[in-house]
Amino acid sequence: MTSPSPASKSMTMGEAGLMSVFAVSAYVCFFAGAMGHDSAFSFHALLASAASLAAAAAILNRYYERPAQLPPAQIKGRPNYNVAPIKFASVMAMFWGIAGFSVGVFIASQLAWPALNFDLPWTSFGRLRPLHTSAVIFAFGGNVLIATSFYVVQKTCRTRLAGDLAPWFVVVGYNFFILIAGTGYLLGANQSKEYAEPEWYADLWLTIVWVTYLLVFLMTLVKRKEPHIFVANWFYLAFIITIAVLHIGNNPALPVSVFGSKSYIAWGGVQDAMFQWWYGHNAVGFFLTAGFLAIMYYFIPKRAERPVYSYRLSIIHFWALIFLYIWAGPHHLHYTALPDWTQTLGMTFSIMLWMPSWGGMINGLMTLSGAWDKLRTDPVLRMLVVSVAFYGMATFEGPTMAIKVVNSLSHYTDWTVGHVHSGALGWVGFVSFGALYCLIPWLWNRQLYSLKLVNWHFWIASIGIVLYISAMWVSGILQGLMWRAYTSLGFLEYSFIESVEAMHPFYIIRAAGGAMFLIGALIMAANLWMTVNAKETDQIQDTGALQVAE
Amino acid sequence: MSLWNRHKIFEKNSIILIAGILAVIAVGGVVEITPLFYLKSTIEAVDGVRPYTPLELAGRNIYVREGCYLCHSQMIRPLRDEVERYGHYSLAAESMYDHPFQWGSKRTGPDLARVGAKYSDEWHVTHLINPRAIVPQSVMPGYPTLANTELDLTDTAAHLRTNRAVGVPYTEDQIKNAVTDLKTQLDPDSADLASFQKRYPKAAARNFDGMVGNPTELDALIAYLQMLGTLIDFKLYDEKANLR
Repeated sequence: MTSPSPASKSMTMGEAGLMSVFAVSAYVCFFAGAMGHDSAFSFHALLASAASLAAAAAILNRYYERPAQLPPAQIKGRPNYNVAPIKFASVMAMFWGIAGFSVGVFIASQLAWPALNFDLPWTSFGRLRPLHTSAVIFAFGGNVLIATSFYVVQKTCRTRLAGDLAPWFVVVGYNFFILIAGTGYLLGANQSKEYAEPEWYADLWLTIVWVTYLLVFLMTLVKRKEPHIFVANWFYLAFIITIAVLHIGNNPALPVSVFGSKSYIAWGGVQDAMFQWWYGHNAVGFFLTAGFLAIMYYFIPKRAERPVYSYRLSIIHFWALIFLYIWAGPHHLHYTALPDWTQTLGMTFSIMLWMPSWGGMINGLMTLSGAWDKLRTDPVLRMLVVSVAFYGMATFEGPTMAIKVVNSLSHYTDWTVGHVHSGALGWVGFVSFGALYCLIPWLWNRQLYSLKLVNWHFWIASIGIVLYISAMWVSGILQGLMWRAYTSLGFLEYSFIESVEAMHPFYIIRAAGGAMFLIGALIMAANLWMTVNAKETDQIQDTGALQVAE
Repeated sequence: MSLWNRHKIFEKNSIILIAGILAVIAVGGVVEITPLFYLKSTIEAVDGVRPYTPLELAGRNIYVREGCYLCHSQMIRPLRDEVERYGHYSLAAESMYDHPFQWGSKRTGPDLARVGAKYSDEWHVTHLINPRAIVPQSVMPGYPTLANTELDLTDTAAHLRTNRAVGVPYTEDQIKNAVTDLKTQLDPDSADLASFQKRYPKAAARNFDGMVGNPTELDALIAYLQMLGTLIDFKLYDEKANLR
């Protein structure tokens, strides 16, 4: 193989193709912006036009800057891993995390002090709440998932990420989706399907990005150098595929005009409710659970330097988890106009789901066997392990709340909010933090700046979570009991507003808990900033794949 | 042991793994969702339920846009305290024309499934502009801009037509008269009142925000809130006919 002369440099099909697509898109979006029926649509179309122009320019610039040959798949017999898109996604994760937590603290404060709504359309609770949920779930969580999945799939397949521009398209395109979704809520573009609030054009864009994500991940698996697909990749694959199915099933909508943001969803009434919570619960099951279990299956063994506890347990709990989760949606619709049999099925499968969930927890925790002492010395590992403990707690609480009798009390109350946050802050948050504390030093080839700061982060955030969830337990159960309280004469004891008034102290405690969680994340950001800006270490990260568990 | 070995087929072939995942996740959804499209209890029409008037639909879109569903449910469960607090439990038929549904999942504020005709229009005007002027302990945001934002009437008919495309039975007559109907509902003295009420039986027509001038977003939102849960006459409704 002789190296070709610089004159033979030419654009790849991907570069030429994508550049022309973006050039056309810049033009089309500009006109769409001019034709827009509402401010949200026009703003987004112009934003898309500018972004397309920037993307085309970036591709051209990259072409002139790069050597004639694309990066090789291997250097001196070792895989030449593609880390730049992963770096981008992990930085965005940290950014969106802090943004999402901040909005969370702000809207929690609005519930305690309603004057903070400022009576402006863009700052009211109803528009900021989707911004908070999308920012933490899809922006923070999504970037963590994309970053770690691209890292893990390369390492465990011992091969370079498939595609040249495609991984960049995924990470940048996904973050552009977040930008469109978030600004849309503030401008009033919201289709009101919880956790699927973005309007039709954002949904279409996400579909394109997500299919590319699936292809990049799948093609990397296909060209792997290891005979077996590592367990973490099963979970990533299930997460990517199922989210695609759920997204497409829940979102078919017909726009009123192709130049306007408003659309009407294809499903109506009961059917729409069932589609929504089939989607909603499995966004929890596959985005916030399967994806993060994949993180657990790579980062805990890696950090503890122990193999996964049980290979057989991982097989059983993988298939059982993805089979059972899909059925659990109707527990969000207990005692509603959904038929009884559907509710009962939802409840039954939710209770069964406890077992595979704990199977995963046990597999994660027991991976520590023989390495428990590391919890004392390594706060990153402690964060990862505590996240699994929170996972166990939330997946016990969930089935309990899915029992119809319990649900008749807990539904519509803050208990649900508390339950979600014990999972979101404790499990998803901590496992993501733990993964980023591992990943960022690996990606930049640095030593983590300070373990002591990780320790501070761990404790401040943990106390914050405890404050948050215990406040919501008390307020939720109090609410539920007040709504159903009767006097000795058989009248309802409390008016609704009395239950609102009773929530005030708990809303303050919750906001304080959330603020502590945010402070923890700020400490983390500072720590990682110092890490990245430090001197490169001499240690070369071990590039070996994980041992297969026995 | 042999069974564990068989699992290797999934671990060694990514396409088979994908097929396995797709097969396993399809079952639950298919079993729970498909029957809802033909079961009697979920598709039955009940007397009185009609599609929204153009004004109510515009109000509903404001309700969706502002994220009201995040704090207010529209689904009364058949539990003693809920029925006594809010009224008859909600029927599937009552949301059959809702694209999307607005059942909600949280009651930071009370359920609104039957809030219609419970308070006066003036109450709603004051409450939406500044909730604490009427309910001092309320934590609801105020929406003063609704009162001085004129309703966008450029694509009123298109909204109805789009709804028809997703299954709401709007007639050609209703679509053709969409803008007139919207204005008529705000003007009880209009000559078109009779034909409006023929197209939308029992729809209330009055100046909802009590202000002179063009239709505002406040008009639309109050028109929507005032019709919620009022379509079915429960004195005539036969519970046994709709067992679920």
